[in-house]
Amino acid sequence: MENFMQYIVSGIGTGSLYAIVALGLALIYRSTRILNFAHGDVSTAGVYLAITLLGMNFGYGIAYAAAILFGAVIAMAFYFIVLVPAQRRESTPLSQIILTIALGLIIQGLVSYLGGTEPQAFPHPLSDSTVYKMGPLVISELSIGTISAGLILCLLFYILIQKTKLGLAMRAVSENLPAAQTMSIPTRKILAFSWSLAAALGVTAGLFLAPVLLLEPFFMLEPFLKGFAAAILGGLNSLPGAIVGGLILGVAESLAGGFISIAFKNTLAFLIIILVLLFRPEGLLGKEFIERV
Amino acid sequence: MDLIESYRDEIQLVRKPWTRAWVGGLLLLLLAIPLFSSDFIMYVATLIFVYSIGVQGQNILIGYTGQISFGQAALLAIGAFTFGHLSRTGIPWPLCLLAAGIVSGLSGILVGIPSLRLKGPYLAIATLGFGIAVYQIFVNSEFLSGGRMGLTVEKLQPPIDISKVQFNYYFNLLIALIFTLLSYNIISSYMGRAFIAIRDNDIAAEVIGVNITRYKLLSFAISSFYTGVQGGLYSQLLGYLEPNMFTFMEAVTLFVAVIIGGLASVEGSIMGAAFVIIVPQLLSEFKEMVPVVYGITIIIILIFEPRGLYGRWMKMRLYFINWPFR
Repeated sequence: MENFMQYIVSGIGTGSLYAIVALGLALIYRSTRILNFAHGDVSTAGVYLAITLLGMNFGYGIAYAAAILFGAVIAMAFYFIVLVPAQRRESTPLSQIILTIALGLIIQGLVSYLGGTEPQAFPHPLSDSTVYKMGPLVISELSIGTISAGLILCLLFYILIQKTKLGLAMRAVSENLPAAQTMSIPTRKILAFSWSLAAALGVTAGLFLAPVLLLEPFFMLEPFLKGFAAAILGGLNSLPGAIVGGLILGVAESLAGGFISIAFKNTLAFLIIILVLLFRPEGLLGKEFIERV
Repeated sequence: MDLIESYRDEIQLVRKPWTRAWVGGLLLLLLAIPLFSSDFIMYVATLIFVYSIGVQGQNILIGYTGQISFGQAALLAIGAFTFGHLSRTGIPWPLCLLAAGIVSGLSGILVGIPSLRLKGPYLAIATLGFGIAVYQIFVNSEFLSGGRMGLTVEKLQPPIDISKVQFNYYFNLLIALIFTLLSYNIISSYMGRAFIAIRDNDIAAEVIGVNITRYKLLSFAISSFYTGVQGGLYSQLLGYLEPNMFTFMEAVTLFVAVIIGGLASVEGSIMGAAFVIIVPQLLSEFKEMVPVVYGITIIIILIFEPRGLYGRWMKMRLYFINWPFR
């Protein structure tokens, strides 16, 4: 029973990071119908900038802020330089997805060229080895930080989307683009903001993941796939679904790793998702697909 | 481009005498390459032949049927390891190759089952899940992967008195030619037309009487058969296998080859295969820059030439056919 609780707590820790990654993916899918395959790579680029700045003796605050800003700028530049011309030439949704794969490949190559492929340790203000005991549970400083960061980000995101004018505009754009344009909402700016916000979320998740996993050019691939799976699990169209999906995936994975087999942890997570999709193709909280013929 | 007057014209692969001359000339050139080129060039060409088989299969799935699959690396691994294990027991290679294709094809049907209910990104994640599951199984099972040292596969020895590289070249050229002919025939048959109908609009296809379940699964099976054969040939060429050769990046490379070559074209698949083999060879000094070149090429192609290298080739041909008019 104590083990069970311990696994649940550590699952919520990783799950909240999956939820942040998934939020970024769902945000972009909702507003542009594009699955962003470069999400993980953009955050890798941000984290590499952070480690470079930390190496030049900048403070944590500056390095982290610069990393998040850098990710946001990359995503915005990609939107304006690549996606907008592609959309002007009426490219299909599939080719827009492939364009994000291309961005991912470019960043991967540049990061491994400039940063080297050797795994490095990533310093973090919160320590992984300082632990607190809460009754029978053991929890590290870093996972407390992760869980609280996840909660705070989700809350801020909720306020932004539901309570501000900008959030209203974002919801309008994702609901119906032409209608939003006729209401004189600057849709292109709103979409660019969505892309950069999603990238910022991704970089934040990367900054919390880098101390746990070692930093190397492909370190975000697995968290990205998990975030992707979490977003699908909750329903790609639904933002609360992304959070719920992330938490469920994190806990399920931790339980599976603890009780069944650590080697097949990742496989089990994907098997759960395939099963969910076979019975509920639109995800747990998504709207049912309806197609006009 | 040209007027088709009868059904016999329609099912003919080569229609004009000039095209016939071109194709014949190209074949002669391919046959003659070993006479005057170095071993290295022959080896690269052999790799292109092997790769073009898998890319054609992937193109049948992505380009013609319009289904995304990221599980292709897993099917490649299944084909390669099936071939490896069978050939170690002493079964002759044609049977091993057939078995590699069939086992991959059956696994492909398994991957295809979610495609009956899922579309687009949802299908992508389901196939990706399959790919990761298979990769993990191979990594964690010493029995399947041949342990830490990898699995050694016996290379094919030339039965007549030519060098090994030359023999590999002709052998893989022959098999690649067979599969290219096969894909042309698949595409111009009822089956291929059904695939294209499903890609363009699956509901409309179902209404006019295409059995969607059967043809979607068949498309997965055929493309996986191709991929399995590629895996078998690859393992025979390298003589050694380990699970790390079949990661997510391998699936992405196959995908990139299809996009760069041109969706829904057999010639494009071969050009795409040549691209993903030649670029890493040219950039062997800067290995890290290979994905950058891929990425930039994809962006340029998708924005300026969505039909890929094949589309560019067609436009050039049209320009010269109509010259000096435009």
